[in-house]
Amino acid sequence: MGLLSVSIWLPIAFGILLLALGRDNNPGMARGLALIGAVASFLVTIPLITGFDMTQAALQFQENLPWIARFNVRYHLGVDGISVWFVLLTAFITVIVVVAGWESVTDRVHQYMGAFLILSGLMVGVFAAADGMLFYVFFEATLIPMYIIIGVWGGPRRVYAAFKFFLYTLAGSLLMLVALIYLYSKSGGSFDIATWHKLPLAMPAQVLLFFAFFAAFSVKVPMWPVHTWLPDAHVEAPTGGSVVLAAIMLKLGAYGFLRFSMPIAPDASREYAWFIIALSLIAVVYIGLVALVQQDMKKLVAYSSIAHMGFVTLGFFIFSELGVSGGLVQMISHGFVSGAMFLAIGVLYDRVHSREISAYGGVVNTMPKFAAFALFFTMANCGLPGTGGFVGEWMVILGTVKASFWLAAIASTALILGAAYSLWMYKRVYFGEAANDHVRKLTDINAREFAVMAVLAIATLWMGVYPKPFTDVMHTSVDSLLKHVATSKLK
Amino acid sequence: MNAMNWLVVYPQSLLLAAACTVALVDLFVTDPQRRPTYWITQLSLAGVAAMYLSSWDSGITVYGMQRMVVTDPMGNLLGFFSMVAMMITTAYAQPYIGSRELQKGEFYSLSMFVALGISVMISANNFLVVYLGLEVMSLSLYALTAMRRDHGVSTEAAMKYFVLGALASGFLLYGMSMMYGATRSLEINEVFNAIGKGGINATVLTFGVVFIVAGLAFKLGAVPFHMWVPDVYHGAPTAITLLIGGAPKLAAFAMTIRLLVEGLLGLAVDWQQMLMVLAVGSLVVGNFAAIAQTNLKRMLAYSTISQMGFMLLGLTAGVVGGNTLSAGNAYSSAMFYVVTYVLTTLGTFGLIMFLSRQGFESEEIADLAGLARRSPWLAGVMTMFMFSLAGVPPMVGFYAKLAILQALITTNVTAYIVLAVIAVMLSLIGAFYYLRIVKVMYFDKPTDSSLPVQSSGVSALLALNGAAVLVFGLLPGGLMAMCRDAVLKALAT
Repeated sequence: MGLLSVSIWLPIAFGILLLALGRDNNPGMARGLALIGAVASFLVTIPLITGFDMTQAALQFQENLPWIARFNVRYHLGVDGISVWFVLLTAFITVIVVVAGWESVTDRVHQYMGAFLILSGLMVGVFAAADGMLFYVFFEATLIPMYIIIGVWGGPRRVYAAFKFFLYTLAGSLLMLVALIYLYSKSGGSFDIATWHKLPLAMPAQVLLFFAFFAAFSVKVPMWPVHTWLPDAHVEAPTGGSVVLAAIMLKLGAYGFLRFSMPIAPDASREYAWFIIALSLIAVVYIGLVALVQQDMKKLVAYSSIAHMGFVTLGFFIFSELGVSGGLVQMISHGFVSGAMFLAIGVLYDRVHSREISAYGGVVNTMPKFAAFALFFTMANCGLPGTGGFVGEWMVILGTVKASFWLAAIASTALILGAAYSLWMYKRVYFGEAANDHVRKLTDINAREFAVMAVLAIATLWMGVYPKPFTDVMHTSVDSLLKHVATSKLK
Repeated sequence: MNAMNWLVVYPQSLLLAAACTVALVDLFVTDPQRRPTYWITQLSLAGVAAMYLSSWDSGITVYGMQRMVVTDPMGNLLGFFSMVAMMITTAYAQPYIGSRELQKGEFYSLSMFVALGISVMISANNFLVVYLGLEVMSLSLYALTAMRRDHGVSTEAAMKYFVLGALASGFLLYGMSMMYGATRSLEINEVFNAIGKGGINATVLTFGVVFIVAGLAFKLGAVPFHMWVPDVYHGAPTAITLLIGGAPKLAAFAMTIRLLVEGLLGLAVDWQQMLMVLAVGSLVVGNFAAIAQTNLKRMLAYSTISQMGFMLLGLTAGVVGGNTLSAGNAYSSAMFYVVTYVLTTLGTFGLIMFLSRQGFESEEIADLAGLARRSPWLAGVMTMFMFSLAGVPPMVGFYAKLAILQALITTNVTAYIVLAVIAVMLSLIGAFYYLRIVKVMYFDKPTDSSLPVQSSGVSALLALNGAAVLVFGLLPGGLMAMCRDAVLKALAT
């Protein structure tokens, strides 16, 4: 069994163990077991990065076994510079989620923790799959635990949000399924993604494939105008669910663009890049404005996620090294920052049971340590230099300037809008006199919450100050991807 | 050629003998739980299943009874699955009927006759034998549906089933007689050869195909011949619903293959178009109507209609542009679909029966409320069934849909690809009502706190059934390969 298999199946095994052994009256055992599982699952992913050969563009740590002989589906795993960081990020965020849910989740703890561990394994599977059908199976299977997480531990409108989440995503992915089978048929019976990359395709086929993949991935990212499931899902999901959604699940979509749309349909991608860029800019500007007027903190961060993901897709579709790497860096740093933002809201919600901005005011007076962390992440969210949020956005804008000055000018407004909505929210929630009795009675974060925040803060800072390890790992793979995309598949 | 070849009909003979034995023995059984009857039934079904299994991959086609019946790998495999399905059905049903004063010998002996009918249909090589098997099965099912004599809904369901079923049989018989008139034979291979030779009045043939397809559509419950399905599924006692919705679906599939593919493949262009209309109609009606249901059994009935529609899509992709290269792929996908569908259906209805108890049927969707709190593992198993029916990986139902879609798309014909897109979009609608069941079990508060009556045998079987849905989902290769081999060998002759 290779490292990637272990990274996928270890958390799933722990998750199943939790579901099987957990009892409602013994939450302590469930928490302990979940923590062991999450930490072990994270530790096994570390050799992936330490043993990674940065000079190679090809997939590494490959495992290739026959799975469904009838359709030539193979259990083929492998990571390259594009995907390897996300495997680590997924396992890392799962540890955070387990720790963050330590006290705030009291109902059916073992099922909660089990669902997150299983979800974690499935998401690693998405990033590690080198076979189209295997990718699809993992991609779809993630819906099941997330649906349950939102629906069982969510807020008052959780049922609506869970259905919307599931059906929106399924609608997109089903078209992708048709596209995958079409590729299988075209390639003479192979589900191997690398084979598809080399497959010559006529323009009409490429266009159809491009839009079929677009349907699946744009919903997942989400891009305007199919983003409406995200604010609902984020608001209703429990804190852990929001963190995983923002930090990893959205990235599955963006990752799909790099793995499927661009290399499989390069000509169509270049032809319709304007379309993606237009949607991305709408997301950046319009959704930024929408975020400005939100009353609900979680909704605000949800909209800000959409705007940030707009940056990612913008970076991808200007087809330059800076843009693609910038998009990837943005994805990772957004994983840390948005995760932390949702955790911060969770901390407040656990104490006051409200997410309305107007229910707070002057939190800094009673929770100084927490307010300091919150300020840091708010700054990171609006892209302050020195934080991870800055590096990605800066790279994308730099790449865009080379393509077109005006596009870059529009994209840069995101920095202004981001600062506006993030800081304005911060001002209203944290500054001023303590607004009401709830705020006056607040207690500052405890050691556990402090540890979680600190770890995320260090990661964000590290990315901001020294992003080289991240970009170095990506460099070769991104380079080879761009070369591939630049070559026409038309004969 | 004219050899009797008794070996071919061993399974049927054993079933007939066992059916009579069960009926006779039951007269002397005094145990109110009818345990001896139950065990004889199970043992004989197991014997027949073993018989089918032992000969399945001998890979040869043998005709018997003056070419009236045939044994081939496809028949053996379907026979094996049908018998296993009957065993599971009976095992789920036994505690259920026991608490409802339905625990009579008739249940077992009629079930055995159902099994006999199925077995005859599967091995038929002659239009009349197909019809004979169908009637043996159907008449027993009509009687079983009416077993709850003092129950209005049941009686109505039985009437409806009988009248519409008789009409369908009439259609089928009429179509067969047309075929006989046109080809001068009732034997399936002879009909195939006669059509292949040509020179037959096309109008009569087309007319005959229309009636045969209509008759088959009735039995499969495809739109617009689906009216009986919701009423019968709802009205019949759940044990009988399972008996109708389980193994007979395999028989209906076998009958479809025997008649349309082995007999009338030469007319594929005609019947494929009809099946396309039936399939899309079933997907639309089944999926949309299921959304509106509050009764679980009715919802599952509409879900069956849509699932059969999906299966029919597979049968439409066998002959493309006049060549039969994709036939093996298409029909084996449909076979895989039916087999996995039956596996899931068995579990779903078994679970409904397990949840019901004396005086309480547990057949409203609302009755499942909060099941995840009352019994997490039951809710977990049901969730697997629902996601499997919705076609979400990694459950086996996904691979069934994948196989069908693959059969459609690899034809590389635009019309079929459009058909595949329609099918996936409609199955998205289907996902909604399956998800609703999961929602009721997990997200809603329980309305009553009672636990299901514990029966360790049935609960173990349910767990096994759920595990099968997942395991075949993680490793579907073996079953797929079996279906493919079976169909390819059946087509080769």
